[in-house]
Amino acid sequence: MTKHDLRGLTRRQLLTRSLSAGALAVVGTGFIAAPDAAWAVEVTAITPEQMATLLQMARDIYPHDQVADKFYAVAVKGYDAEDRKEFVAAGIAELDAAAKAQGHAAYASIGWEEDRVKVLQAIETGTFFQTVRSGLVTGLYNQKEIWPIFGYQGESFSQGGYIERGFNDIDWL
Amino acid sequence: MVAKFDLNDDSVVVIIGTGAGGGVLANELAQKGVKVVALEAGGRYLPEDYINDEWESFGQLAWLDARTTSGDWRVAKDFSGLPAWIVKAVGGTTTHWAGASIRFQDHEWKALSTYGEVEGANLLDWPIDGAEMAPWYEKAEEKLGVTRTGNRPGLPGNNNYLVFEKGAKSLGYKEVHTGRMAIQSSDETGNRISCQQTGFCFQGCKWGAKWSAAYTDIPEGEATGNLEVRDRSHVAKILHDETGKVTAVEYFDKDGNKHTQKARIVCVAGNTIESPRLLLNSASEMFPNGLANSSDQVGRNYMRHVTGSVYAIFDKPVRMWRGTTMAGIVQDEARHDPSRGFVGGYELETLSLGLPFMAAFLNPGGWGRGFTTALDHYENMAGMWIVGEDIPQADNRVTLHPEQKDQWGLPIPNVHYSDHPNDIAMRDHAYKQGMAMYEAVGATRAFPTPPYPSTHNLGTNRMSEDPTKGVCNKWGQTHDIANLFISDGSQFTTGAAENPTLTIVALAIRQADHIAREMSAGNI
Repeated sequence: MTKHDLRGLTRRQLLTRSLSAGALAVVGTGFIAAPDAAWAVEVTAITPEQMATLLQMARDIYPHDQVADKFYAVAVKGYDAEDRKEFVAAGIAELDAAAKAQGHAAYASIGWEEDRVKVLQAIETGTFFQTVRSGLVTGLYNQKEIWPIFGYQGESFSQGGYIERGFNDIDWL
Repeated sequence: MVAKFDLNDDSVVVIIGTGAGGGVLANELAQKGVKVVALEAGGRYLPEDYINDEWESFGQLAWLDARTTSGDWRVAKDFSGLPAWIVKAVGGTTTHWAGASIRFQDHEWKALSTYGEVEGANLLDWPIDGAEMAPWYEKAEEKLGVTRTGNRPGLPGNNNYLVFEKGAKSLGYKEVHTGRMAIQSSDETGNRISCQQTGFCFQGCKWGAKWSAAYTDIPEGEATGNLEVRDRSHVAKILHDETGKVTAVEYFDKDGNKHTQKARIVCVAGNTIESPRLLLNSASEMFPNGLANSSDQVGRNYMRHVTGSVYAIFDKPVRMWRGTTMAGIVQDEARHDPSRGFVGGYELETLSLGLPFMAAFLNPGGWGRGFTTALDHYENMAGMWIVGEDIPQADNRVTLHPEQKDQWGLPIPNVHYSDHPNDIAMRDHAYKQGMAMYEAVGATRAFPTPPYPSTHNLGTNRMSEDPTKGVCNKWGQTHDIANLFISDGSQFTTGAAENPTLTIVALAIRQADHIAREMSAGNI
């Protein structure tokens, strides 16, 4: 299954293959995708279900409702690697065990963010959670494409700085 | 013409490190005709090389060799392998510094006399005072082109400053301005380009508007023909003869080859973590506890200022990242006034971080909506930094790690620091005042942000009148070894409330004068 093949899939087909990962992502064979097929991430080492769980976890750790799934997907894509798959499998097993202990079927099947956060809190001092969280600090926020969503303008040297472009333009004080 | 000296030339002064201390000392000695070999662990980067991207620049400039931490300070929890945010490059941390250049207050040279005995403190008076230092401060201000000194105007205030100023004045603060900054503020009063309000002061100034030894003192020294800078040269050990005088240094070049450079005098300026580490790693049969360590003070009294930040969110945009990063100061709290519940004082200075660093530093380890809703309003955020005097404590210290070695096979440093109750009381007071400033301007939410990895690293080879209480005398000359000098912030007896660079530079200019005079007299 390649990225291009997605275009041939209908929303219905995708949903049929998906697990109950909410409205977040659709899981197919070897990929996860947005419900509207606007983006997709192929996986080769870990399972699509594991990638969908990582994606949900990333959203719950650093939830920004105005930031699209594709940026979170980029941030956790690195876990799809041969040398990470055991780490991912063990971590998600830990996560799902915590979910079961709180009366849920699995972490990714929980409907409300507040309930998923309670599960994450149960494992937040562990290596799995801390590795994923600290990786997101750069993996998510260092994507230049998301900076404009927060209003951050990045470098200004190429435009001559702000000396004539509003370094002191505050007008509400 | 850039000089080239022979490894066996034992007439040269060897300076280890080229930052605010070593870089200035190297130039000042070269100007006086003294032959200098400066060994710098980092590479050479100039304004055209600097990168205005926080993480990429960090990868280019930061000192990232292995280090460990211990103690109860929050940095040990949040950044256990990165006790300090300092630079490994020609010019050292003068590449990264924000440019704040303020003199010590007179009483701060005499902390023990002024504050009295403080429980748990290893306080001491400096063997010098404000009157002694005044002419050297003036030379340093001229060299750095400090605004609001001489005929140099202040910088204009950016958005972050304007919020800060309004809050400060609402609280009744009087000493509020855009700072004394080593940043060119006018094309008429210096030979650097004036500030273009670009931001990214911490990543190296691409205009060269901020003073950095990398593109001022270093090339000026090289132009005399008396200074050779060997970059990517990591000093491993200082050697001595049977009389106890230092004679040479061993260093690794960029390819890992070991060389021995002979020396008439050795000046250590590798920053407050590396300088004591080098003295400790230079232990010998004659000096089993490390060089210049008969007092057992090498590595002790590590100071890093009482720091912290206050960020706040408003209902309208601030865009704090635009313009000079730290051109804004409130000095009213810098006084010594024990009625506040602590000795010493603190400065409040404007500060901004880009979105990537804000995510890393606003509340390290934080997650969930409590954290992300703060970042959601990044555009509406203003920020300030706290810089206060911390208490020297004997057990806050740099030691050699018992097992771990660096890429050269040398024991790495461990940096141990625990807050003194005075430090905590001061930080809490500063948080409260900083948050009140922003609330006075209508902040809807404020954040008392914990300290970043240390940029002000001080005190681990401190100056003392009494040789049993410190490592060096009032000239930075070690008590034990006449031709071994301490030339960086590690010679600080106490930290004062001020950003340390101006004082490091003033001490380096003064030390160059002393060394040249003593060499002429044949005393060293």
